[in-house]
Amino acid sequence: MEAIGVYIKPYWLRIAAGLVIKFLGTIMDLIIPWLLAYIVDDLMPAENILAIFQAGGLMVLCSVIALTFNIKANRMAAGISREITQKLRYDLFEHILYLPARERDKFTSSSLISRLSTDTYHVHQLIEKSQRIGIRSPLLMLGGILFAFQLEPKLATILLLIVPLLALVILTITRRGIPLYTSTNEKIDQLVRAVRESAIGIRVIKALSKADREVDRFRTINEQVRDASTAAETTMALTAPAMTFLLNSGFLLVILLGAIAVNAGDTQPGKIMAFLSYFTIILNAVLSIRKIFVLWSKGSASAQRISQVMSTPREMPLGARDYIEHRPFISFENVFFSYNKKVDNLQGISFSLQKGQTLGITGPTGSGKTTLISLLMRFYDVDRGCIRIEGENLRGIHTNQLRRRFGAVFQNDILLADTIYENISFLRDLPIENVKKAARTAQIADYIESLPQGYDTRLDMRGANLSGGQKQRLLIARALAADPEILVLDDALSALDYRTDAALRRAIREEYGQITVVMVSQRISAIWDADLILLLEDGRLVDAGTHEKLMNRCESYRKMVQVQMGGIAQ
Amino acid sequence: MKGASNPKVLPVVARLWRYLSRRRAVVLVAFLVMLLSNLLALVVPMLSGAAIDAIGTKAGGVNFPAVFSNCFWMLICYAASAFLSYLLSLMLIHLSQTVVQSLRQDIFQNLMRLPVSYFDKHPVGNIISCICYDVDTIGASLSTDLIQICTSVITVLGSLVMLLILSPSLSMVMLVTIPVTTLFSRWQMKRMHPLFRRRSQKLGELGGLMEESVTAGRTVATYACEEAMLRRFERKNIEAMDAYYEADAKSVLLGPMVNFINNISLAVGSVLGAMLCLAQQLTLGAVSSFVLYSRKFSGPIREAANIVSEIQAAAAAAERVFRLMDEAPEAPDKKNALPLSDVEGNIGFEKVSFHYNEGEEVLHDINIDIPKGSIVAIVGPTGAGKTTVVNLLMRFYDVQSGKITVDGANIQEVIRRDLRMAYAMVLQDSWLFSGSVYENIAYGNENATLEQVIAAAKAAKIHQHIMSLPQGYDTLLEDGGQNFSKGQRQLLTIARAMLIDANMLILDEATSNVDPNTELEINEAMHRLMKGKTCFVIAHRLSTIENADLILVMDKGRLVEQGTHQELLQNHSFYYKFYCEQFKKYK
Repeated sequence: MEAIGVYIKPYWLRIAAGLVIKFLGTIMDLIIPWLLAYIVDDLMPAENILAIFQAGGLMVLCSVIALTFNIKANRMAAGISREITQKLRYDLFEHILYLPARERDKFTSSSLISRLSTDTYHVHQLIEKSQRIGIRSPLLMLGGILFAFQLEPKLATILLLIVPLLALVILTITRRGIPLYTSTNEKIDQLVRAVRESAIGIRVIKALSKADREVDRFRTINEQVRDASTAAETTMALTAPAMTFLLNSGFLLVILLGAIAVNAGDTQPGKIMAFLSYFTIILNAVLSIRKIFVLWSKGSASAQRISQVMSTPREMPLGARDYIEHRPFISFENVFFSYNKKVDNLQGISFSLQKGQTLGITGPTGSGKTTLISLLMRFYDVDRGCIRIEGENLRGIHTNQLRRRFGAVFQNDILLADTIYENISFLRDLPIENVKKAARTAQIADYIESLPQGYDTRLDMRGANLSGGQKQRLLIARALAADPEILVLDDALSALDYRTDAALRRAIREEYGQITVVMVSQRISAIWDADLILLLEDGRLVDAGTHEKLMNRCESYRKMVQVQMGGIAQ
Repeated sequence: MKGASNPKVLPVVARLWRYLSRRRAVVLVAFLVMLLSNLLALVVPMLSGAAIDAIGTKAGGVNFPAVFSNCFWMLICYAASAFLSYLLSLMLIHLSQTVVQSLRQDIFQNLMRLPVSYFDKHPVGNIISCICYDVDTIGASLSTDLIQICTSVITVLGSLVMLLILSPSLSMVMLVTIPVTTLFSRWQMKRMHPLFRRRSQKLGELGGLMEESVTAGRTVATYACEEAMLRRFERKNIEAMDAYYEADAKSVLLGPMVNFINNISLAVGSVLGAMLCLAQQLTLGAVSSFVLYSRKFSGPIREAANIVSEIQAAAAAAERVFRLMDEAPEAPDKKNALPLSDVEGNIGFEKVSFHYNEGEEVLHDINIDIPKGSIVAIVGPTGAGKTTVVNLLMRFYDVQSGKITVDGANIQEVIRRDLRMAYAMVLQDSWLFSGSVYENIAYGNENATLEQVIAAAKAAKIHQHIMSLPQGYDTLLEDGGQNFSKGQRQLLTIARAMLIDANMLILDEATSNVDPNTELEINEAMHRLMKGKTCFVIAHRLSTIENADLILVMDKGRLVEQGTHQELLQNHSFYYKFYCEQFKKYK
């Protein structure tokens, strides 16, 4: 909850102002029954008709003030909670955007999505509603108690005896409620995951006629959500009857003790009546306060989940500058890396590359090719060794500056449901000439221009209205559009036919002459003309060199080439 | 208070009621319990009034036995009412959670029946927002508001009856208050409806953006355009929060207003009561009871007024929920749709034309005849319409003219499920779900034994990798298999296809991310997989294409050539050029 407190703090003045207004409105609400008691106890016996009407008029006046002040205060509460939630959600979203890949993997996308939506919503509810009832109700309760004291101190002490009991009940139950809401939210994560997966996999599901099974899978999770939230709500529901009963018992005591007091001539029945009326106010107030605690337990479970994300270090830590002169453009120096910190995914990788060269990385499925470029772009930090660009250790370069030098196409890159221009420019507001040049180079310009709306054509979700090859070419255009120094292509040409592939490579060299290319491919044919080829196997660098050199000295490479090109070479 | 005033809300409420009425017995019992507990709550002021009357006004004149007996009965009432109200909340929680669950289930069930094109056009984040936020709003409203409304109505009506008994003249005040309150609420609700609708819609849009941008997280990081993504988000965030605030700011009027009307009536009532008492028409106890009853009004009425906005939020949410539920599912099978069993795999295209968007023809007048058991390779430049052919074969989309036949039957005329079950397939984007490796492989054939699954994984050369995982075949795929490389994912889907018992096979770039050595190793298994089946293969790899019985060469949505490899080479036209270019590369 502390994390949320930071967001509330700047608003304390406005919240306080709202509180004062609400306070004044509430005072009016409290004066009305007091005036009532005054009429019944003092004015009626005195048969002062004029004063009765005056008191009645005063009640009307109080009502008007209560009306205007309450509306004003409620609006302020709505406004403040909107601003706080907006800021909180913005910051959470920002934090998620800058979250290092490793942390992102840990949270999973579905959970992050549900934290952004469901959890911020619960916090919003808490902030808004607790301002509305949270100020009014304790005030009503406090005021009720004060007025009761002023009216009849002896009877009022009964209230003071009950309050700690009420507090005990509500606190105990709330403490039990929070973890229950937390586990409900975790189930919601799974619900989100199920919906996302089924929506994305709809073609496979339909093709295999698996809709029923997906529905069953969803049912299991859905039932878990139901059970978890039933458990949470059932627990919190206990508070209302328990508190009402406690207060009502106090009410009884007041009547009994009041009867004795009246009998002894210490008080008048009118006071007991007014007292009872305060009691009703107090009871309603306590029940409202209870609602805040329900909101609280829900909200603080969500707040915990939000601050879990926010307290994760944002971005990769920026190390001290570590620079060595006269180093090649890119160099890997004895790099080790492991995703799970148990099994090494890369071991002792060393190589270097000059500016403008092409690097080809090949090796069997799962040999660490993608991992290597993830390290190069510093999505993860190496465990041992170091990676340098122009002599600078990556750890000492701000990730934003580092990544600006790259254009990259990853295996799981996605297209946005937006225009083609926006998909190539990708939020960078690039001039249309750059976008067109990139599209031409990526061999997709002709297609785009053949569309009635050209670059303004909107794509479907994840580019569903494009073929695999078109998607890849758009992604390549995106990677080229900002004229990067280094182009990273992770198996990015796999869906292209050979003609397009060749034309694309030629165009890259012609249009973006000095670009350094890092190309991952399973196929020797895609990388055989690279200046340097890395052959990876099980995370180890088997050999590095040009095609000719590797052909001469590397047995595994030769074998690969034979297998892949054998049929064609003769 | 029911919102019946708004003609658009009524059908929504009626439909929600259908969900509630599935638990009719619980609803009925809950209603009775509520009635009872409210009756108890109404009896209490009578008892307390009697107790106060018994106290009297003079010192020493207290009728203690009467005070005690009244207090005793009050205690009983309180205990009973506490018990009943707890019971009631349990039932209500049960009801609302059941409804929430059924709503979610029904949405999802319909979702799975929607055509593929729906998912191509609608952001999944928006769907998630509907299933989570909108349904939640309805549930919250059902569990708290429903009872509040009933309690309020009953308390108010009950208090009114009591007042009528106590003093008909005093109750005239309430007879004015209630209609005024009701009229005001109705006016307010009418005004609020569009605002709440907008609020739900905007939250959905925000959800869509959030889902998309979280999914695209890596790409955003790649281009270091977090700032721009934030601005994009902020626009939607502000829109959503503004819509939320608009609805909020207008709806906060209602509570204080109703309170005001009630306060005024209290003022008038007490002055009137005082006058009546002075005129000897009422006892002091009766005035006190009046005060209590009318205070009783204010609580529930204010509460009811406060939740009117919640009910409206729920109604708007329900509208969205039902709209999603009402999305047209895939056209149902024709009435006399034929079952398709023991498919042999003879496939024909007759004058097939197709477009996704009006005016952008993707396939034009395609005619093909494919005998059973043949391997058909579809080649051509990217964007030639190859994937579209797959979409049509499996009826993800329906042709606009011409027809496709399987074993002579128009696929529009057969049961869709049968048609799809007749195919095994490996698609371009290998889809895995968050289950175990075993479940993912056995996805197409639930009866597959572990041995069969392992055999398939071995044939697909992914067994070794699976065994290197900490839990082997029980390893859970995180977040849709993000812990597998793309090539490994493809191998898993190939293993999946091997377990599917079907006579037709679609391989859409099935091995594009698998390294050639592995590809070679699984070659034999792939041949076994393809044996005897009618196969559609989309690939760029020559080896696959060369061995095909029929090569379809597509360009710009047209079938430009067809024939075997040799035949096509002799023609020296499009395929020849296409083929030679690839050949050239390696020279």
